Amino acid sequence: MLKTALAERLWPRPPLWMSALGAAAIALLIVYPFVFTASFSHHLMILILLYALMAQSWNVVAGLSGQISLGQAIFFGIGAYSSSVLFAKYAITPWAGLLVGMLLSALAAIAIGVPTLRLRGHYFAIATLLIGSSVQIVFQRWDWVGAASGLYVPIERTAPFFYLQFHTSKVPYYYLALGAAAAGYLVVWKLRRSRLGFRLQALRDDPDAAASLGIAIARHKVLAFMISAAMMSVAGTFYAQYVLVLDPERLFSTEISIIVLLMSVLGGSGTLWGPAVGAAILVPLSEYSRIWFGGTGRTIDLIIYGILILLVCMWRPSGILSLLEERIRRRATMP
Amino acid sequence: MSPLLDVKGLTKRFGGLTASADVAFEVNKGEIVGIIGPNGAGKSTLFDLITGFQPPDAGCVLLDGHDITGLRPDRISRLGVARTFQKLKPFPDLTVTENVIVGALARTSDMKAARARALESLAFVDLLEKRNHFARELSTGQRKRLELARALATSPRLVLMDEVTGGVDQRSIAALIALVVELKQRGLTIVMIEHNMQVIMGLADRILALHAGRPIAFGAPDEVRSDAAVVDAYLGSVDVAA
Repeated sequence: MLKTALAERLWPRPPLWMSALGAAAIALLIVYPFVFTASFSHHLMILILLYALMAQSWNVVAGLSGQISLGQAIFFGIGAYSSSVLFAKYAITPWAGLLVGMLLSALAAIAIGVPTLRLRGHYFAIATLLIGSSVQIVFQRWDWVGAASGLYVPIERTAPFFYLQFHTSKVPYYYLALGAAAAGYLVVWKLRRSRLGFRLQALRDDPDAAASLGIAIARHKVLAFMISAAMMSVAGTFYAQYVLVLDPERLFSTEISIIVLLMSVLGGSGTLWGPAVGAAILVPLSEYSRIWFGGTGRTIDLIIYGILILLVCMWRPSGILSLLEERIRRRATMP
Repeated sequence: MSPLLDVKGLTKRFGGLTASADVAFEVNKGEIVGIIGPNGAGKSTLFDLITGFQPPDAGCVLLDGHDITGLRPDRISRLGVARTFQKLKPFPDLTVTENVIVGALARTSDMKAARARALESLAFVDLLEKRNHFARELSTGQRKRLELARALATSPRLVLMDEVTGGVDQRSIAALIALVVELKQRGLTIVMIEHNMQVIMGLADRILALHAGRPIAFGAPDEVRSDAAVVDAYLGSVDVAA
């Protein structure tokens, strides 16, 4: 039996229909802007892709390592401000700003994580929530970066790819968002199959048992938080380049921190594709409710979110996609 | 030859309760030492003190002559000390193989090698059949074997087993005893907390008896069995041979 077991694939292959569905989805994503040509279709999909990345970032710290962060907006804002401020003040390309944002976010994750992640229980969730609000207040008071009125990213019509500004079409933004999301999901896909990924899942399931197997708990939690923060920062940079305006009220809002959590939980936290599914459901819900109900739509989408989360908690607490992934890992669909 | 594990004057108080009082014993390489004592005697606390899960108030723990007192659990694990928990701690949302891979990753970062090591370890505890189940789906006896496989996958020098036969049916106990004997033959050093007198008397080279946190006897099974303090304080009216 050992021989049979050793001969099995290290990672079970998903059943054919799942692979086919995945391939079709990838193909559709690639041709999407040319099939759906309306500007709003592009806008909707850009938001879905960015939110898919943001929800995945939450999924790394919470789904994989089990630490509930309620402050992801901190890194979204840092990413947005890093690239925009560097460009507005020093005409530095947002590509460099992207990297600076990732670095600053990872450093912020260390600063927040080192004191709070050693504690067990809900301290981390509460700390990130409060620090998130404090960071927002700091940016709203900070004159150098425009304080409460924020910052406009100066319009630049030359070298669009260098300055990441496209004024005639949303299609380039679409592919940038697709690229960023794809990169993020690729990283997490690799991470989940790596030693680090296994260790994070182990300490999520049982920190004592993980420690007894040689895993440095606090260091690994901080590491997961750093990766999560850097991913969130990337979404922030691309979002800022897309809307070209920095509003601290919106960028650092607790709402963003909560929505990425909801998306991940709805789709299936801890799974690879759950956050993307959550984003694909919740973003259109929010955008269409805004269209249909006008200004009041902002609250209606939250009501619908609430109902959806309630339904998922009742029927499938581990999220929509968890069943699929468990079937693959259990190899139940294999002959 | 210095002992592999040398425990000296280990003391732990929780408020007014002394869970461990001046406990001293040593374990030689390749030896099986049993720890007995009634509930609340401080057996599991002793394991927590040795493996770094609780800091002792006094005393020290030497591993192969090196002081490991107060080190973090993960550091102690990396020095070659593995343990199982009385209150089982599987990773419920990982499969059985994945659980043991986490243990194997302590010694290698290569996933293929870790998986091969994990499967060997699972074969050793006869749990290969369940390899693709989630750990939460296993029975108590299977979880015990999973926890043992996971601990062994870290390639330890010393294993601390906390009641591996507790809550396991009679037939499985025989299999578990055979496993422990096999591990000893492979040269592993073992400390085991055990409630089942028959099991521990047959397996252990030496036995440490605890009562209310205090060591009351340490020696060969026959000596401990007939020790007046042990019979009096721990066994009371219970017939040891039963």
